[in-house]
Amino acid sequence: MSEILVVPTGTANTASVLAALRRAGGEPQLCGEPHRVARASHVVLPGVGSFGAASSRLDRHLRNALRRRIEEDRATLGICLGMQLLCLSSEETPGARGLAVVPGVVRRLPDGRPLPQIGWNRVEAAEGCELLESGEAYFANGYALQSPPRHWNVASTDYGVPFVSALELGAVLACQFHPELSGSFGQALLQRWIRKGAISC
Amino acid sequence: MLSSRLIPCLDVRDGAVVKGVRFADLREAGDPVRLAAAYQEQGADELVLLDVSATPEGRGHALALVRRVRAELSLPLTVGGGVRSVEDAEALLAAGADKVAVNTAAVRRPELLEEISGRFGAQCTVLALDAARREGGARGWQVVVRSGRDRETLDAVAWAREAQRRGAGEILLTSWDRDGTRRGYDLPLLRAVASAVTVPIIASGGADRAEHLAEALEAGASAVLAASILHDGDVAVSDLKRELAERGVEVRL
Repeated sequence: MSEILVVPTGTANTASVLAALRRAGGEPQLCGEPHRVARASHVVLPGVGSFGAASSRLDRHLRNALRRRIEEDRATLGICLGMQLLCLSSEETPGARGLAVVPGVVRRLPDGRPLPQIGWNRVEAAEGCELLESGEAYFANGYALQSPPRHWNVASTDYGVPFVSALELGAVLACQFHPELSGSFGQALLQRWIRKGAISC
Repeated sequence: MLSSRLIPCLDVRDGAVVKGVRFADLREAGDPVRLAAAYQEQGADELVLLDVSATPEGRGHALALVRRVRAELSLPLTVGGGVRSVEDAEALLAAGADKVAVNTAAVRRPELLEEISGRFGAQCTVLALDAARREGGARGWQVVVRSGRDRETLDAVAWAREAQRRGAGEILLTSWDRDGTRRGYDLPLLRAVASAVTVPIIASGGADRAEHLAEALEAGASAVLAASILHDGDVAVSDLKRELAERGVEVRL
């Protein structure tokens, strides 16, 4: 039986994430209790807002729960800032620590185009991706991971510079874009992720 | 490459979509949930919902409406109208908005932009800026508030710049002079604001055909808003986007 938890980060567009998961066939619940987060079949870490504010809301127990489930390859989805929080740190808030699951540092997108990047951009999934496919997705970000981390399957996108628009490893998925706002492209990705987690748990 | 966005706008009063000319003479233009679903189906990139209700009861309808739209909508949703506090913004986000647009209250108390942006992020904070050409042959544009009832001495371009500094991540720029007239967007206004800020601008007010949309994007807008032409059923979102593509504009088809 699938249990889909959405971690309430306090700043996110949580209602949109919940609605999209329901449309994808799930029955999501809001829950940030570490022992449930460690064990649930599926966990979503959503996020809009600043890296520092979101990082400070993840206490030690929740960090450990998230790290452990990712090490155990339980279905985990980081969205936008939720993806950035999986990295080591971000230029947005020097000194604030991410979960360090992804060996990379999040950097500011270059000047010369409107910032933040807001809108639909092309996602190119590299060969070997199982969940990610190429298509167009909705972004709202001023920062991004700009070099592909080792061992992860990546999708990339261009906004002045190429950046990592999504990562996957087993049932762990992280998207810089918003699958919950990316129409049928995002909906199909959420469905594949839910299915993958139901098989692997 | 980032696509240019076409954004249908639903002005909602007491739960129904309305549309007027220069913010007045509002007439009913359909059921918002049905229209939202139709625009999504036609390939809209995003939706804006502006609550123009004047009463607390009307506001209550708007929150319920945002919930109903969100259940169906897998696109970004910006909601505005009467947002005066972080709590108002929070209620809209909890109901299913992804971004919150602030207008009059931010002119009265600019700190509101910092408060919302600080809590929810710049990408969630949209300044709705209504601008009118100065009267009597004077140059420039002034800010208008309270749905066009009051003209401020505040300069529209200076206000856009200040709003960005205070944390707005996007500017929904409406020309009061062109709103509902179908005479095309106010291009000099767009150019002036686009050269003053680095955040994306959504052009609003005056669209009649694809040519107008292309002009606005050329003038520096990242997105174009349309209401009257879509609600009246004269043209579908998909038609406009196809025409934009034929004109060489990068759009999501």
